[in-house]
Amino acid sequence: MRIGLFIPCYVDQFYPKVAIATYELLQKLGCDVRFPMKQTCCGQPMANSGYAHLTKGCDANFMANFAEFDYIVCPSGSCVLHVKEHLHDENNEELASKMRKRVFELTEFITDVLKVETIVGNFPYKVGMHQSCHGQRGLKLSQMSELNAPFFSKPEQLLSKIKGINLVSLSRKDECCGFGGTFCVTEEAISVKMGQDRIKDHEAHQVDYITGGDMSCLMHLEGILKRQKSPIQIIHIAEILNATV
Amino acid sequence: MKNNLEHSEAAAIFNKDVKRVDWHDETLWFVREKRDKAAHQIPEWELLREMASEIKNNVLSNIHDYLLEFESNAQKNGIVVHWAADAEEHNKIVHSIMEKHGVKQMVKSKSMLTEECHLNEYLSEKGIDVIDSDLGERIVQLRKEPPSHIVLPAIHLKKEDVSETFHEHLGTEKGNNDPQYLTEAARLHLRDTFLTRKVALTGVNFAIAETGEIVVCTNEGNADMGAHLADVHIACMGFEKIIPQRKHLSVFLRLLARSATGQPITTFSSHFKKPRDGKEMHIVIVDNGRTTQLGREDFRNSLKCIRCGACMNTCPVYRRSGGHSYHNAVAGPIGSILAPNLDMNKNADLPFASTLCGSCTNVCPVKIDIHDQLYKWRQVLVKEGHAPLGKTIAMNGMATVLANPMVFDLAGKVGRFVMKNIPVLVNNSLNPWYKQREMPAPPNESFREWYKKNGTEFNNKNNE
Repeated sequence: MRIGLFIPCYVDQFYPKVAIATYELLQKLGCDVRFPMKQTCCGQPMANSGYAHLTKGCDANFMANFAEFDYIVCPSGSCVLHVKEHLHDENNEELASKMRKRVFELTEFITDVLKVETIVGNFPYKVGMHQSCHGQRGLKLSQMSELNAPFFSKPEQLLSKIKGINLVSLSRKDECCGFGGTFCVTEEAISVKMGQDRIKDHEAHQVDYITGGDMSCLMHLEGILKRQKSPIQIIHIAEILNATV
Repeated sequence: MKNNLEHSEAAAIFNKDVKRVDWHDETLWFVREKRDKAAHQIPEWELLREMASEIKNNVLSNIHDYLLEFESNAQKNGIVVHWAADAEEHNKIVHSIMEKHGVKQMVKSKSMLTEECHLNEYLSEKGIDVIDSDLGERIVQLRKEPPSHIVLPAIHLKKEDVSETFHEHLGTEKGNNDPQYLTEAARLHLRDTFLTRKVALTGVNFAIAETGEIVVCTNEGNADMGAHLADVHIACMGFEKIIPQRKHLSVFLRLLARSATGQPITTFSSHFKKPRDGKEMHIVIVDNGRTTQLGREDFRNSLKCIRCGACMNTCPVYRRSGGHSYHNAVAGPIGSILAPNLDMNKNADLPFASTLCGSCTNVCPVKIDIHDQLYKWRQVLVKEGHAPLGKTIAMNGMATVLANPMVFDLAGKVGRFVMKNIPVLVNNSLNPWYKQREMPAPPNESFREWYKKNGTEFNNKNNE
């Protein structure tokens, strides 16, 4: 089983430690994982801004880098959702369709494909989990508060196995943080207000860390936390799971 | 011509008063939570949503036949049926009925369609005095503001604002913020209106093809008060309000109030089937762009909307930007997919006023794929040339960099170098990110640089 490691462009450039944690974690879980060096971006920033017609280059690049792998795994719900919904190739739509089905978000890959049941480890902190909207509502990584359906959560299922972790229950379980891709700059006022409110919920539960599966949401929250000189830190879920496997 | 502020500009102004934004957000979140409780008490909730969506699918595929069936049955019941192609024709029809009776006053109950058609302004220019009888509508009408929410028109106002408005227009005691006192004043004022108006206009929540009757849902009974006391009842509806049979009503009535306010059912769900003896009843069926929307395959589902407002209450953007920032009769997520259909130039900003979080789609009782339609509208608007030139240039640049691995690598290195060594180039007032957020700290090396050095080695170590 060959795993292609798909690292979001901004994680590659700004949060290499998240990529390293993902890479190491998958290896420790017994995967043959490779990082195709010529990958860049899935094209989501253009597509969500209304420029989906400009993503052909990104699509072609993605296809060239990941075609050979059995699974494509990525520590970001948002990028995975974009590939799942929008990856196309006019010349080889059959391959594009196969690749759309082979791409997985990290926690869903661990729970659904690897079916990992025990994780040994220790993270003795109070942690708030920020559910990214694309991971939760898009990929259905966990149940959504709007629906009348039983609760489940793939990321929380993994985190709950970690020794010492105190995972708090937020007041607004799946409220959006306001990042929203280019929304964070085109609608700066609302984006920041949403982020500030999201942080308040975590603060009210006195967390040490805010974690989540999407570094983009966490980058936005981190920017606000730092400006507020808050002691709360952000940490990607891969880093918690890797530190403790 | 565009004469309104863009959503982002209006939202930034609304956000200057943090306490008010917090209050607005919490008030609507309270309604969203009430909705959750009411919805989660019904085991078959998701099935009901599916059923409602399917009934609407049937309606949209056979709208021509159902409308003719409705018209014919309504006529048999003695109702006069009018057809209006657009807002102007709708307004003219309503005015002509008033003129025919020589009446200069109207009592109106809630109808978002008449807001969409700007009927009040039209009639007022013709010298007709219109009084809105829904309490929230009356409050915003006195303030000369449009409603900010389709179910809770004055939700952006606090009781202190209402007290001030009533003091100015109804002569209540200044500074008296007691809701009981203020409601009583409104009641006395509206009672006088109901008793003296000869023409009453109502909206339509559901029009039943099988029986030719309409159903109007209110919590205050104001539609009934108006229609029962007037000589002429005019009901205005967008053509998508049709449902095939009476039995289908049960599905929608169970969903509507629970989704809107968390009530099991609206206080009044009144059926109007024919005029009382010696009185008149008119129904105006309006297109106003609906045919166009029906013809847009990606957006036709938006015509399923039953106007419950649940998408607004749950929308994290709406809750913090307020209804007026959407500069359209129907605000929020659903309004943002209806508005560009009416006028792309004026409303091109609205599909971008969303993080595409998808909560709207999940609460929608008729399962409209709202956030997917917002995404699709963005593509249409850009292609039709409604994007700012600067954005198009930036996106083209971004697409070139991101499609080319070598350029991407170089751009990343340069970017990180600049952020580290000349931070002022990034950390300045021209960067909207930096205004209220710190930039991420640039690391010494990217992951790909780390991998080049450590990737294989790590692989080898693990494979030993």
